[in-house]
Amino acid sequence: MLEIKNVGWTLSDGAEILKDVSVKIGDGKLVVITGPNGGGKTTLAKVIAGLIQPTSGSIWMDGKDISNMDITQRAQAGISYGFQQPVRFKGLTVRELMELSAGQELDMDGLCDLLGKVGLCTVDYIDRDVDASLSGGEIKRVEIASVLARGTRVLIFDEPEAGIDLWSFNGLVTAFEALKDNQHTMIIISHQERILEIADDIIVMANGTIRLSGPKDEVLPKLLDSEVAGYCPVGRKVPA
Amino acid sequence: MNKITEKLLGIVAGYTGKFDGAFNIREDGGCAGRQSTENIKILPHREGKPGLEIHVAPGTRDERVFIPACVTKGDVDDLTYNDFYIGDGARVMIVAGCGVHTDDEGEARHNGIHRFMIGRGAHVTYDEKHIGTGTGEGARRINPVTVATLAEDSSLTMDTVQLGGVNSTVRKTEATLAARSRLIIRERLMTDGDETAESDFAVMLEGDDSGADVVSRSVAKGRSRQSFVSKLVGNARCTGHSACDAILADQAVVTAAPQLDAYNEEASLIHEAAIGKIAGEQILKLRTLGLSEEEAENRIIQGFLK
Repeated sequence: MLEIKNVGWTLSDGAEILKDVSVKIGDGKLVVITGPNGGGKTTLAKVIAGLIQPTSGSIWMDGKDISNMDITQRAQAGISYGFQQPVRFKGLTVRELMELSAGQELDMDGLCDLLGKVGLCTVDYIDRDVDASLSGGEIKRVEIASVLARGTRVLIFDEPEAGIDLWSFNGLVTAFEALKDNQHTMIIISHQERILEIADDIIVMANGTIRLSGPKDEVLPKLLDSEVAGYCPVGRKVPA
Repeated sequence: MNKITEKLLGIVAGYTGKFDGAFNIREDGGCAGRQSTENIKILPHREGKPGLEIHVAPGTRDERVFIPACVTKGDVDDLTYNDFYIGDGARVMIVAGCGVHTDDEGEARHNGIHRFMIGRGAHVTYDEKHIGTGTGEGARRINPVTVATLAEDSSLTMDTVQLGGVNSTVRKTEATLAARSRLIIRERLMTDGDETAESDFAVMLEGDDSGADVVSRSVAKGRSRQSFVSKLVGNARCTGHSACDAILADQAVVTAAPQLDAYNEEASLIHEAAIGKIAGEQILKLRTLGLSEEEAENRIIQGFLK
């Protein structure tokens, strides 16, 4: 069980990015956080992974307060985080990144399994550097694979669909569903309906607060009726 | 050879008790072993200078020659001139590492001047690793000079690495390229403490369709100082690229001074330079994989200088 209790994050200029956010995420659940840009989704994910220290509130995992754990300690405790904007490295190959993530050497079968899930042909990529030579879509897939390679109890993906083509996206949804069967807790920040559909629970964030949360079957219809229509012309009636 | 030489050879030339090919082992200015092969002859320098002439027969295929040099004690100022004559159409790998070691207050210094005369259609891979070792207060200095002349359709791929422990180094590399020849240089440098390193490249692209790619990656830590100077001169229809990429830590200083001279309308020359500390995002990413901050920095540097 992951529990976020009354978390707030205020910038030095007084801007409140997160406002008293509280939520419980059960073991083995796939939770999708969605909502408009700037609503605090990525900030909340970074707070859970330890990349941002909140100004108030606490984070609990399995009944233990992990608020004072740093990034490394939280990673070692079983939290993985996939960056929305993947980081590039000169001199670190895809294979090396996968092995660092997995914490062990990987054979070709292991690499193919991982990279196949994100739609990358292993032979073409394992010896390439994770640097500027990879396109935005390629490096995003490598980033997702690095989180899958860790296979920890809590996996956080920040907009995994960004830059992914349709074919690979289908494979990615399948990979998320397979992990769901394995009782991993997944937190996915996404705007994609396909990902919303495989969620157990959906959290809608806006203006630094949780506007709506609950089981998918309850939240998704409301979201499609109100939230989407509020921000996107799709579904709106065209004025006569 | 003594034990220090044996250890240094393992580091800089992959020595494991023997060399597979022609070799000459230079130890404190003397010769600790030499072997020629049918295609590769190693001879004393004809001008009477300290050093060697290495003659690779035309058409030699995939042979290797090892010309390492070691200074194993203080108060040695070694100077050597090694001239490599690579026959037309030969394909050869040259390993010429250098280790300097001192356990006392005396200075250990090696100055290696290597000249390459590369024949038509010949292809040379040149590996050069440098290291300083020992517990003494004496300075460890390595000053390599490489001068290469590439004939038509030839190539030289130079991989040069300074592994650490060298108090000061001045590295000068000059090359002149004839038509359709190719020069690739990959330099990696690590300095720490009060060490200094100067790299100076000058490449003359004289023949049509010649090309050069000079890339230096370095890490400067402590109070060390590095300077990178590169000059590409295009006198023909040619392509030239040079890059200096440095990671900076602590109070270290790095300067990069590129120069591109195009004297031909068809010359296409590019320089890139980037100096800065390790990107914070890189450390964060590796920490989310469970590495500590220190482990993350070391892994990033290890990969960068790979």
